[in-house]
Amino acid sequence: MTWLTWRQFRIPSLSVFAALIAIAVVLAITGPDLVGRTNFSDQDTLFGGTVLALYLLPAVIGVFWGVPMITRELESGTHSLVWNQTVTRKRWLTTKLGFGLLAAMVAGGLLSVAVTWWASPIDALSAVQTDRGMMARIAPVVFSARGIVPIGYAAFALVLGVAVGMLLKRTVAAMAVTLVTLAAVLLLVPAFVRPYLLPPQTQTVAITGENITNITGDETGDILEIGVRKPPGAWELANETVDPAGKVVSSLPDFVQNCVPRPGHDTGPPPRGSLEACMAQLGAHGYQQRLTFQPGSRFWPLQWLELALYLAVTALLTWLCFRRLRHLS
Amino acid sequence: MTVLRAQGLGKKYKRKQALTGCTLEIEAGHVTGLVGPNGAGKSTLLNIAAGMLEPTTGTIEVCGGVPGSGPEQLAKVGYVAQNTPVYSGLTIEEHLRFGAHLNPGWDASLAEKRVERLGLDPKQQAGKLSGGQRAQLALTIGIAKRPELLLLDEPVAALDPLARREFLQDLMEAVAEHGLSVVMSSHLVNDLERVCDHLVVLVDSQVRVIGEVELLLATHHRLSGPRRDIDTLPADQHVVSAKHTDRQTTVLVRTEAPILDPAWTVARLGLEDLVLEYMSNPTAARPALEVLR
Repeated sequence: MTWLTWRQFRIPSLSVFAALIAIAVVLAITGPDLVGRTNFSDQDTLFGGTVLALYLLPAVIGVFWGVPMITRELESGTHSLVWNQTVTRKRWLTTKLGFGLLAAMVAGGLLSVAVTWWASPIDALSAVQTDRGMMARIAPVVFSARGIVPIGYAAFALVLGVAVGMLLKRTVAAMAVTLVTLAAVLLLVPAFVRPYLLPPQTQTVAITGENITNITGDETGDILEIGVRKPPGAWELANETVDPAGKVVSSLPDFVQNCVPRPGHDTGPPPRGSLEACMAQLGAHGYQQRLTFQPGSRFWPLQWLELALYLAVTALLTWLCFRRLRHLS
Repeated sequence: MTVLRAQGLGKKYKRKQALTGCTLEIEAGHVTGLVGPNGAGKSTLLNIAAGMLEPTTGTIEVCGGVPGSGPEQLAKVGYVAQNTPVYSGLTIEEHLRFGAHLNPGWDASLAEKRVERLGLDPKQQAGKLSGGQRAQLALTIGIAKRPELLLLDEPVAALDPLARREFLQDLMEAVAEHGLSVVMSSHLVNDLERVCDHLVVLVDSQVRVIGEVELLLATHHRLSGPRRDIDTLPADQHVVSAKHTDRQTTVLVRTEAPILDPAWTVARLGLEDLVLEYMSNPTAARPALEVLR
């Protein structure tokens, strides 16, 4: 069974691993250059590229490893050839899934190790930033491209592809459904699940001229919201202004709206520091800023929790595959 | 010894009933042909016997075990599915390797000799084989596994007459050499006549007639003579079908005894005619329904 699995799986698996080696070579060449730098603005392309690679890997694994693994046999009828040798269906699926899962998890792990190593100088710098300029490694997009969660995504993607394929029995349709489902999960989990894996921390801070990082207004010049500095390296979930009674304000009070320059009224940009001074009035009136966030120190606990979550779903899907296997013909 | 025993076997898909209350026994050591019209349940029956499908009702025992129940059972039963699937990306050599890896009882020398005798290039990809060659390859894997029972589901349906003849010839030789039992379905009676010593006619999941081909041919007679009521026939003459014109009556009877009535012109009939008579007169052999006619 091992021979057959390898024979059927070698081209797709070797193609992916060849691509991973190519990526690793690029990272190995450019990586040492990053050590000791304090400005990485010229690395945007490569930084984005590594993140993209880690998002594409599960998609490739699900679509090109998972889906065809069983569906191609069902489509070409070869399942009735292999199921009638002296090997039970269960053993057949166990070997195929085992092989696939192992390869997927190794691929996910390797790419993540390479990227995490490459980006470690960047991550170290972002870990001490308190403004919105750099994405901390715990922040959504980067988090999924670091540490151990890519192993979970790879395992999940493979079994998702297999399960969808076994359900639909048609390769192309199963590929499309797998891709859409995977994209939805990878987008929805960071937005709706990950923030609550651990209860977020809150912190109420005074508004001063120095700690304001952003002021957002609309086209008429009304100030909609302001933000203050977050704890270094934290993932900011909310940055809200609360009134003296502790309620979140929906619009900032008039004394703030009146001290900002209106478009059309002024000819030049406002004098430096005048906006900050204007906003600092909020602090004097008892307004405060409430931060809801996951501190940067929770990176690894959240990584483990999310990995466990994906592995649990993988186990559930695997169980479904074996249940479905009995009813295929 | 019985190689296949089905009792009230049924298979229902979501909407369609593919097999209903099929009861059947097939003896070991024979090449048994399974004929019947499309939708009679031949493929379903063979798929259940191979363990590819699970029956929804009834029981089935194949080579003394439950189909698909484990490696021991799988080793005993070989199955060549409709359209004789093979891995198009694998070479013939790799298919033999596949067989050797997946079957403890694999007969490598048999497989290699067969491939050589069939004149197939071991390095050739299976996807580039002709339909006949592909069927031969699938049969080779089925035989080299050395099963007790080989199930073939319409193995020659897609082949041209020459390839069909070669395939069946080859099957016959393999059966003679290795003494395995074979059950094969087909709707081409001529093909079955060439290789089968036993025959099962399946109509609407029910066994219409079962027995040794020679015996079936010897006990069926076509009688024609002046018009008469078929109820006047002797009790040991079982009527399969009857046709009347204004002046003449033609009946197909099954009887062990000789036909003594001098009014009849007695003719033997070929296997194809015999099978067609059974298939086109689905109610004739059922006494309960015969009354209604």
